[in-house]
Amino acid sequence: MPTPGVKEPRKLMPDDPSSDRIAGEEFDVVVIGSGVVGCAMARRFTLEGARVLVLEKAADILDGASKGNSAILHTGFDAEPGSLEQHCIQAGYEEYLQVKDELNLPVLESGALVVAWNAAEAEMLGGIVDKARANSVRDVQHLSSAQLLVKEPGLSKKAFAAVEVPREFVIDPWTTPYTYLLQAIENGATVKRDTAVIDADFAAGLWQIETNRGKITARTVINCAGLYGDLLEQKLLGQSAFEIRPRKGQFLVFDKSASRLIDSIILPVPNEITKGIVVCRTIFGNLLVGPTAEEQQSRDDASVDANTLQALHNKGVEIIPELANHSVTATYAGIRPATEFKDYCIQPYAEQNYISVGGIRSTGLTAALGIASHVFRLYQAMGNSHNQIDNFVVPDVLPLAESLERNWSKPGNGGIVCHCELVTRHEIEQALSGPLAANSLAGLKRRTRATMGRCQGFYCSAELSEMCANRLQIPLSEPLT
Amino acid sequence: MKSTQCQVAIIGAGPGGLSIATELKKLGVDHVALLERESTAGGIPRHCGHSPFGMREFRRVLSGAEYTRRLTAQAEKAGVEIRLATTVTELGQCGELSLSTNEGRQQLKAERVVICSGAREKPRAARLVSGARPQAVMTTGALQSMIYLKQQRPCKRPVIIGSEMVAFSAFLSCRHAGMKPVAMIEAGPVVSWWRLAALLPRLLGTPVLTNTSLEAIEGKDKVRAVMLKRPSGELATIDCDGVIFTGQFIGESTLATMAGFAIDTVTNSPLVDAYGRCSNINYFASGNLRYPLKTAGQCWREGRDMASLVKASLDGKLPDRWAQTNA
Repeated sequence: MPTPGVKEPRKLMPDDPSSDRIAGEEFDVVVIGSGVVGCAMARRFTLEGARVLVLEKAADILDGASKGNSAILHTGFDAEPGSLEQHCIQAGYEEYLQVKDELNLPVLESGALVVAWNAAEAEMLGGIVDKARANSVRDVQHLSSAQLLVKEPGLSKKAFAAVEVPREFVIDPWTTPYTYLLQAIENGATVKRDTAVIDADFAAGLWQIETNRGKITARTVINCAGLYGDLLEQKLLGQSAFEIRPRKGQFLVFDKSASRLIDSIILPVPNEITKGIVVCRTIFGNLLVGPTAEEQQSRDDASVDANTLQALHNKGVEIIPELANHSVTATYAGIRPATEFKDYCIQPYAEQNYISVGGIRSTGLTAALGIASHVFRLYQAMGNSHNQIDNFVVPDVLPLAESLERNWSKPGNGGIVCHCELVTRHEIEQALSGPLAANSLAGLKRRTRATMGRCQGFYCSAELSEMCANRLQIPLSEPLT
Repeated sequence: MKSTQCQVAIIGAGPGGLSIATELKKLGVDHVALLERESTAGGIPRHCGHSPFGMREFRRVLSGAEYTRRLTAQAEKAGVEIRLATTVTELGQCGELSLSTNEGRQQLKAERVVICSGAREKPRAARLVSGARPQAVMTTGALQSMIYLKQQRPCKRPVIIGSEMVAFSAFLSCRHAGMKPVAMIEAGPVVSWWRLAALLPRLLGTPVLTNTSLEAIEGKDKVRAVMLKRPSGELATIDCDGVIFTGQFIGESTLATMAGFAIDTVTNSPLVDAYGRCSNINYFASGNLRYPLKTAGQCWREGRDMASLVKASLDGKLPDRWAQTNA
């Protein structure tokens, strides 16, 4: 492993949409898609010494499947033993714990409880324990309903029995991949947002990729296009080995006061299709209920539905009765890129210098680092080699997690702008600058959590609109005339 | 160097907080600290579009901004220490307040604390509304602060959801800012506020649709339309470029909730006893936090009475036992 050094970061400028800098350059690897997987991929390949370009068709990174997950660091206890998914989850889990301190990333050591709500479900708990042990997660244990209620007094008394999984944790779904990508950039990678692949051609060991921002030349292409992975593969290879079947998940986020009602991640006994509805704290100090699992055609319709949200609310109250007295601060939906296969679809095509990384669903946040290492080994097996960076830069990212020292507690923060989430002027300025500067309100919200709290902008919208003037693609406001 | 102790700390420099602080000084309390998280004192009236303010306090008709300037000047003259851009992040059990300012984390110990953090409107998420989540979905508070504090408008053709008094204030603010609301939507059978008020938007070309519910918000990055359910049960789509959720005020009670004080689960306000004290008797709650929604003048008048109770508490004249009232 390379060690962190004191090398000065590169001079970083926002990626100007009009710049045509990438055209004419030749990259070792082009990573298409900057979701969680693309970000981890860019980091791994950059640290290994490859010259990396990341293309993102959306205006911002982490704009597809990655913007709506449940943010759990999975042990892989319930993954299919021997599957690629299980391997990547466990490798990703280990690497996350290794790098988290260096990258200043948080972990909420919550543990999880798989709760059975009736006798039939309780019968399935034995199988869950067996599977966990087969997956080398040996610290799982049965809890009786009495033990369960001692551990989680906020849980409904109807809980029948449970399996405790002590090392299932909660992490930060935004800062984590953002930090991976920023580390890639600060060590030499190039990221182009608003850049879509139009066509591609492979000849004489080189990919010629035509984008809306010019032609790109690269030796190897890694498809991390998530919800559009199959469509991209068709563009590159003429056909796709998998088909994306979008699955929407809606979530409810309760106010911070609700996060005191439970410690553990509360999981249901899973079925064939989905892990089911989870109740857990978030790294930002809220409480989350979701996701649903709804098959749909659209790859980008992340709308929410009042009846479904109400059903989620009822479900949350069923699990934790006291939730009825806490208010909802946010609702959202994410879309998982499921495929016709249960396992991840990671496939090298040595003849075409191409590796596809498809069908990475909700476990992707945990597995991303493991997937990246796995793919790098596939890449090496294709005959590629580079010299590892031995003096790499560690990015300085302001933490959003409640467990870490937030900017508001430090001198020179510029004062708090968003009072519900305690977001400072300095944090907002930071988010609006640098190589991955926010260029939309949604991007600013993800980077800082401004307006994401209980008042949803009642108090801070005016200040924000002034700070964001001329800096977002779609302005928050216009001057009165 | 700012003091780290005071006799009474008041959280929130709206009309209520300013009134209590000023009155406490008049009652002879030596050190009164008024903590305001914004960089200007005055609270919500600073950016209320409608008049009149100040009838009770100054016997004349003032704008919200002028009204709060006068209240602030009174407090300063009385000797209140007003600390701006100071956010209270946590309440301790004995009046220890954790603060955040530009200098970072700070502490302030007060013998008594009055929470005057006001009220806010219920936003979209808490109303569990269907549809996309584009930008330009806001509350009246957000709209009016943009218009009156920053001279900005967030959209041009919004729909206004609700018909409480504040919805009409939102309507007038829109007109002031050159925005033309395309409709005012009320789920109930009649306008929630004064029924004749509906004439005003109608005369100015904005339909007021009663018995009509908001079914979904449409649009990708910015609002494009809303889908409404009409009295007939029929769905109708109206083009618009913003959605303003008005009213349904709830107390901004987070500090009290997080400190574990007893909270009324219906109104979201801290429960208080006959003296206005929270279940932790070092803390008082006053103004719109206590039972929304009152006018600035009502909060101001309540504040004067509250000051006497706080003074009595400092003097040891209130009972030690807390008993919740239904007030």
